Amino acid sequence: MTGNTCLRMTNIIKRNRYLILRRTTQLGLLILFGGANWWGWKFLMGNYSSAYVLESFYLADPHAVLQTFAAGFVMSADAIIGGVIVLVFYALIAGRSFCSWVCPINMVTDLATWMRKKWKLTKKESFFTFSRKTRFWVLGLGILLSPIVGVAAFEVINPITILHRGIIFGFGMGWAVIVALFLFDLLLVEYGWCGHLCPLGAFYSGVSRFSLIKVKHDVEKCTMCMKCFGVCHEEQVLHIVGKKSGFIKDECSNCGRCIEICDDNSLKFSIYNYKI
Amino acid sequence: MADEQHMNSRRDALKTMFRGAGLLGLGGAVWGTTAVKLKASDVVLRPPGAINEKNFIKACIRCGICVEACPYETLKLATIDDHTAIGTPYFKPRDIPCYMCPDVPCLPVCPSGALDVKTIAKQVNELLTDTPDINRAQMGVAVIDQEACLAFWGIQCDACYRACPLLGEAITLEYTRNERTGKYAFLKPVVHRDICTGCGLCEHACVTEKAAIFVLPHKIATGKVGAHYIKGWDKADEKRLKNLKENNIKESSPEDELNDWEYLLEDD
Repeated sequence: MTGNTCLRMTNIIKRNRYLILRRTTQLGLLILFGGANWWGWKFLMGNYSSAYVLESFYLADPHAVLQTFAAGFVMSADAIIGGVIVLVFYALIAGRSFCSWVCPINMVTDLATWMRKKWKLTKKESFFTFSRKTRFWVLGLGILLSPIVGVAAFEVINPITILHRGIIFGFGMGWAVIVALFLFDLLLVEYGWCGHLCPLGAFYSGVSRFSLIKVKHDVEKCTMCMKCFGVCHEEQVLHIVGKKSGFIKDECSNCGRCIEICDDNSLKFSIYNYKI
Repeated sequence: MADEQHMNSRRDALKTMFRGAGLLGLGGAVWGTTAVKLKASDVVLRPPGAINEKNFIKACIRCGICVEACPYETLKLATIDDHTAIGTPYFKPRDIPCYMCPDVPCLPVCPSGALDVKTIAKQVNELLTDTPDINRAQMGVAVIDQEACLAFWGIQCDACYRACPLLGEAITLEYTRNERTGKYAFLKPVVHRDICTGCGLCEHACVTEKAAIFVLPHKIATGKVGAHYIKGWDKADEKRLKNLKENNIKESSPEDELNDWEYLLEDD
């Protein structure tokens, strides 16, 4: 390799460092989960709904535990404690990182977004638009419906679990749900699923107001190039950019795309300062 | 002018509110009916130790750890194609039956309580322990189609009887005379539903093209005598009736209540 291409490679990697890390954790977790079913590994059994870690303790999806509780069943201590561990981790430390660092659907919707950009489909080319707040209504409706239908209402239609269960245990016709979701994001609504509808994303957004890891903006360094707005999946969270220094809050999923794209070093991961 | 604007904005706000409520209702109705349909699961066999189906559907977190714990790959997680709640574990004995491991590895790993050791706890001196007893499992009950069963033709076949892990208890052979041949008795298999665990080893072993003995969930395979008939010669059955009355006293309809003969029982 000549020095030039080498430099270019380094640049590409630097430009996508968080993307590479995110895909590594997403695929790594899938392989660990899959390995448990395919080859009998004991690192991480189960799936993202509930996982048995190193045959010693459980993790559980707090949203699923909550729905089940709403449906009228109190889960065993294993699942409740597992749910609390996960909840505390995201709520106090990692924020809404589940969505862009763990959730396998993120790879599907990111592909849809990438193709939209390739085909130069802009927001105007969305078939219809609706509020990004819709997901909070979906979240509430799911909890409300659970006692009425007598089952965790979102879990029976959850495309996230259909995807990871499909990969780990076999799809059946479930892949069609994922194709539908992909096409929805690609052709109908920009950031349709993750940015507008998904109640799990809404759940983690809602609980992670005071999480420690947040993106910090330094207005002094910002040249207002607006590149971060071009890559962010939740543009509304960048409302402080170019106006004042502070932390990116609300629905930010800590994906780090804005940090990679920023030429001015005005955005970076930081520890949330409660005094601000 | 200001008043008019105020009115308009209030009207708009109400309009938005009603539209939002309507959309929420629409979404809720579509979602709710879909969910009710998707959770329906009457003809499916659950892992040993499963709590009753209605609660099982609620409780199961759909993680598949039981599936991975099963050494025989018996358990599968339902996909969208299967006629049961998506993501919940089930098994098809004709493909792979439950081999009734004595340590029941699928049960203790369940994090949610959908599989509960209490349902099949080992009894020692009539006290429940916290170790599972696989022989108490009630995954389903084997049912025989007498038309398709070779033993009922008079051909000697005891494949199901031999395959049964509770040999001679859950399935027994009934010897009856074969009038057609005048020799070689019928050896007809009979399932005893209180002992049968529903493991499906019989269904797996059955030699006919489509199994003549097959496991169905209790709810579907069993009838219920109710309070109208009693084995007068059996003290235990009288006790059953008493229990039935005590348990059902609130939910019975007026027709079911206090029949003419009930005073006979009270004499005891």
